[in-house]
Amino acid sequence: MSKPESKQILEGSRAIALTIKNIAPAVVSAYPITPQTHIVEDLAKMKADGQAGFEYIRAESEFAAASIVLGASAAGSRVYSATSSQGLLLMAEVVYNISGLRLPIVMTTANRAISSPINIWNDHSDVMSIRDAGWIQLFAANHQEAVNAHILAYKLAEKLKLPVMINVDGYILTHSYESVIIPEPKKIKKFLPAYRPENGTYLNPDNPVTLGAFFTPAHYMETREALHEDLLASLEIIKKEYREFQKIFKDETRLAAMPFKGNVYSDGLVVYYGPNKPKTILVALGSLNGTILETIKDLKNIGLLKIKVYRPFPAESINKFITRTKNIAVIEKAINFGQAGPLYCDIKAGLSAAEAKNLNIKDYIVGLGGRDVTKKMISKIIKDAGRRDASVKFVGND
Amino acid sequence: MEQIRIHGRGGQGVVTAAELIAIAAFYEGKEAQAFPNFGVERTGAPIQSFARISDTRIITREQIYKPTVLIIQDATLINTVDVFAGSTPDTVVIINSPKNKWPALVKRFKRLYFTPATEIALKIFGKNIVNTVILGAFAKHTKLVSLASLKKAIREKFAAKGEVIIAKNIRAITEDYENAN
Repeated sequence: MSKPESKQILEGSRAIALTIKNIAPAVVSAYPITPQTHIVEDLAKMKADGQAGFEYIRAESEFAAASIVLGASAAGSRVYSATSSQGLLLMAEVVYNISGLRLPIVMTTANRAISSPINIWNDHSDVMSIRDAGWIQLFAANHQEAVNAHILAYKLAEKLKLPVMINVDGYILTHSYESVIIPEPKKIKKFLPAYRPENGTYLNPDNPVTLGAFFTPAHYMETREALHEDLLASLEIIKKEYREFQKIFKDETRLAAMPFKGNVYSDGLVVYYGPNKPKTILVALGSLNGTILETIKDLKNIGLLKIKVYRPFPAESINKFITRTKNIAVIEKAINFGQAGPLYCDIKAGLSAAEAKNLNIKDYIVGLGGRDVTKKMISKIIKDAGRRDASVKFVGND
Repeated sequence: MEQIRIHGRGGQGVVTAAELIAIAAFYEGKEAQAFPNFGVERTGAPIQSFARISDTRIITREQIYKPTVLIIQDATLINTVDVFAGSTPDTVVIINSPKNKWPALVKRFKRLYFTPATEIALKIFGKNIVNTVILGAFAKHTKLVSLASLKKAIREKFAAKGEVIIAKNIRAITEDYENAN
């Protein structure tokens, strides 16, 4: 048990930076300009002050930052980077290379809008552009969940040889202060041992190997299928590792959980808050869940399904809960232009014809480019969710 | 739950003020949250920041629309921004001004306070950075956090800035606290 005094009040970015310091990657690389966060700024300072042992490499662009951690990871090192918005878009090519090379890279994305028009504020447009790039995608709803997700991410990445991205809402989480526990390195080591890649799986002059070679039509397709299958298979491992995490990080698990007086079910992939037979279930990613839960806390017939793991898509866990109701309101901070919101599309695709038959699934696009999502908006969505009309709506103003 | 909204301009330390309130409340064993509403990143642009203090966990992320406390760091905003939006007669209003230049506000708010934060800031820092200063009046009038906790928060938050800066800020907040009545 950690002592209660280990609870601190910190900026979200600072909490993540301290966690990364304790996880002790060997190489950190980032491009320090807007859009960036205090995460990499704090890590640079820790390095300059002699508090951290990692190599800190300032890159000349986000593309270079991603390439540097790719190279360092291919050489067998534990690595870290963080990005946001346009930065992630510029990294896109490397993001695909990383998953194709099966490198256990962990990166934080401080979710922010993308241009044009220019906007520096929060939404999920950035990550949605690379959500299908073969990375595990985790979303955090508060500071403690973000801290916990980073520790879990390294365990998953190194065990599964899959990259993991942790999504934290820009400004809303990165620039806010709230209480959080930063686990000590010793405690982290109990869950996450030092990274020792197997001989022959990384670039090593003493044992030369080739990574990312040329694959002709005779073999390329199998690599894609394997990545897909491994991602899907990771769902069970994520659940198992989350159970292990909870055993070691009891206080951290408690502080990450949002208080709710009704029933709460969690399997590590999703969390459901609410009655067994609700009238409507709201579904959301990230920090939106806090405001939604605050709005529904006294409503007896409304449930909330918080998605913590977005890729691989936990369709089975989601369907288990959403088939308990008729009305489902997906509330999300991104739009696939010319289609609908990405989470809405995923949820619909994850249902069998029989399951989907009686469901009225609606999509509410909120909070784009930093528009504040209010309790009033959520109440409006709850009222609208029962109506069988246009399935995609932008809820921008009270 | 106490909901504190701070209005000021870029460069006055609007965001830091909310953070200091949250840090001080945390020291007193309360649940606290602080976050900014950044405008564009330029000096002088109107900015808001928010702090919540509660006995129970705070999970909402929405901005503050019904403030229980309003801190107006820059009184020129009164005529340009709806700084009083969502307030009630019970909202505690603290304005950076040596005296009341807005007679209509007396009828509107039961607890309306003025404090010469700019004068104190100019005297101590030589520039109009009023964020820590006005928290003296905030502590005195609202009693939501003690002056001692705010001083501790200043030491923590400004640790990297060095002893001279910390001492000046503590002198400034103390003077504003003692000045407030």
